Amino acid sequence: MKNFSYVRAASVKEAVQQSGANQAALFIAGGTNLVDRMKVFLDEPSHLIDITRLQMQRIEPTTDGGLRIGALVSNTAVADHPDVRRNYPLLSRAILSGASQQIRNVATVGGNILQRTRCPYYYDTAFACNKRKPGTGCPATTGINRMHALLGASDQCVAVHPSDMCVAIAALDAIVEVEGPRGRRQIPFTDFHRLPGDTPERDTNLEPGELITAVVIPPLPFAKSGVYLKLRDRASYAFALVSVAAALKLEGDRIQAARLALGGVAHKPWRPTEAERFLIGKPANTATFQQSAEIALQGAQPLAYNGFKVELAKRAIQRSLTISANGGGVA
Amino acid sequence: MQDPEERTKRQTSRRNFLGQALTAAGTAIAAPTLIHQATSAQNMNTTQTPAPGEMAVTLTVNGKPRSLTLEPRVTLLDALREQLGLVGSKKGCDHGQCGACTVLIDGERVYSCLALAVMQEGKAITTVEGLANGDVLHPVQDAFIDNDGFQCGYCTPGQVCASVALLDEIKRGCASAITPDLTRAPQLADLSEAEIKERLSGNLCRCSAYNGIVAAVQQAAGQQPPAPAAAMLLTEPAEVLV
Repeated sequence: MKNFSYVRAASVKEAVQQSGANQAALFIAGGTNLVDRMKVFLDEPSHLIDITRLQMQRIEPTTDGGLRIGALVSNTAVADHPDVRRNYPLLSRAILSGASQQIRNVATVGGNILQRTRCPYYYDTAFACNKRKPGTGCPATTGINRMHALLGASDQCVAVHPSDMCVAIAALDAIVEVEGPRGRRQIPFTDFHRLPGDTPERDTNLEPGELITAVVIPPLPFAKSGVYLKLRDRASYAFALVSVAAALKLEGDRIQAARLALGGVAHKPWRPTEAERFLIGKPANTATFQQSAEIALQGAQPLAYNGFKVELAKRAIQRSLTISANGGGVA
Repeated sequence: MQDPEERTKRQTSRRNFLGQALTAAGTAIAAPTLIHQATSAQNMNTTQTPAPGEMAVTLTVNGKPRSLTLEPRVTLLDALREQLGLVGSKKGCDHGQCGACTVLIDGERVYSCLALAVMQEGKAITTVEGLANGDVLHPVQDAFIDNDGFQCGYCTPGQVCASVALLDEIKRGCASAITPDLTRAPQLADLSEAEIKERLSGNLCRCSAYNGIVAAVQQAAGQQPPAPAAAMLLTEPAEVLV
């Protein structure tokens, strides 16, 4: 790791100013991704701004019955908050399915959203990588790509977003609050991350110097039946091959509303909106769930080694919708 | 259960043994490292003027304030091992994947290899060296010995710290990914084998002493651990094989 200068920011305004004044500065909070990245020289900041003492550490109810989660709240604190466990169990379970307790205890909500891909070609600086060094090529497209993207990829980049939490947050239609050199703004979560296109070096639509201050989760009563299903190479502490966040609102056996998001399949948490729309008004049964899964994976473009993830994702969707239709619980 | 005298005998530490063995063997390679540790251990409470690129930091480790000068890039793990001579916390992968470096910060388990030392000012850091009360081992340490919760022992300080935190998390009602009902607080008495494995998944054991580790946690949780022979036969319940 290269050495750097270090300062503790006393306020959001100060942090944003310090960042703006220094092109090679980065914010640090939990550090569970950044410190690791610095160790392998993926990031070489000359200056770190420690934001952990800022007042963004609370989970508050919003006036409309949702939750506003400060960007510095730890993953553990979100997953264990009584309101999250009661009203958004898919968010609790998504977080608890990710990483380990040691990571979740210090990793923050803002940092989880901004974590970067674990594509091994991106992580190993001996390889070319368009995300790490634009224009150098993507060895993953022709390499060992069984963990890589099925949907929304480009010939420039087939990396996937590694977060579990973000899949649940995408399903919940959250809003990200940010503050930057040009003031505050709100970004709908589904617009926050980007597809790789011709600029795979940009993961998000955050502007330089902008800091995530909070995530707002709108009220969603039927999220109580929400499910998070994660499929991976070992039972725990591994990134997803495929994951699904799902929630259904039923009237009798008819589906009135549905939420569906996929992890491990794209450069961003993936909302298969057509598959969601298909579910509305249909009977909650296996045939419906199968058709919805087919629609969700219609545009899939498997690579040499990840073709199995197409069927895996379809069955994961079916299973998640089935469990949600039965009231939710462990998937 | 052992009598207190036997407990005391256990205090002959592996570190002392290794130190004696290395001295006897006159190991040329290891000697400078040990001397360096001894020297830095002597100097650890003398505040020096930070050199360029360094900072003065006071860490609270196992209840005692320790003043250090270090570069901001120094991890908590390296500060503990290289500057404070607290070599209980182990460097396994150094990338937050193995858990051997696990320590407690303000009572919560953390990978010290991914934590910058300069960011830990004002926090209470507990390492494996801080768990025992004088000559009396922490109940979790006793449980690891009673249940053969290790073979080579390299991952053990991390496993022990993680297990101490795990039990505290259950007492505080923290959920895991496989907690059946998130609206209820889990109880120590109900802590299943599958739950223990899920909650300790951030600590790897290359000797694969997992059955003994699970049995140790069961004992420390107040449950009846399986007999040593039966511990070899601990099975994965069907619900985690989905």
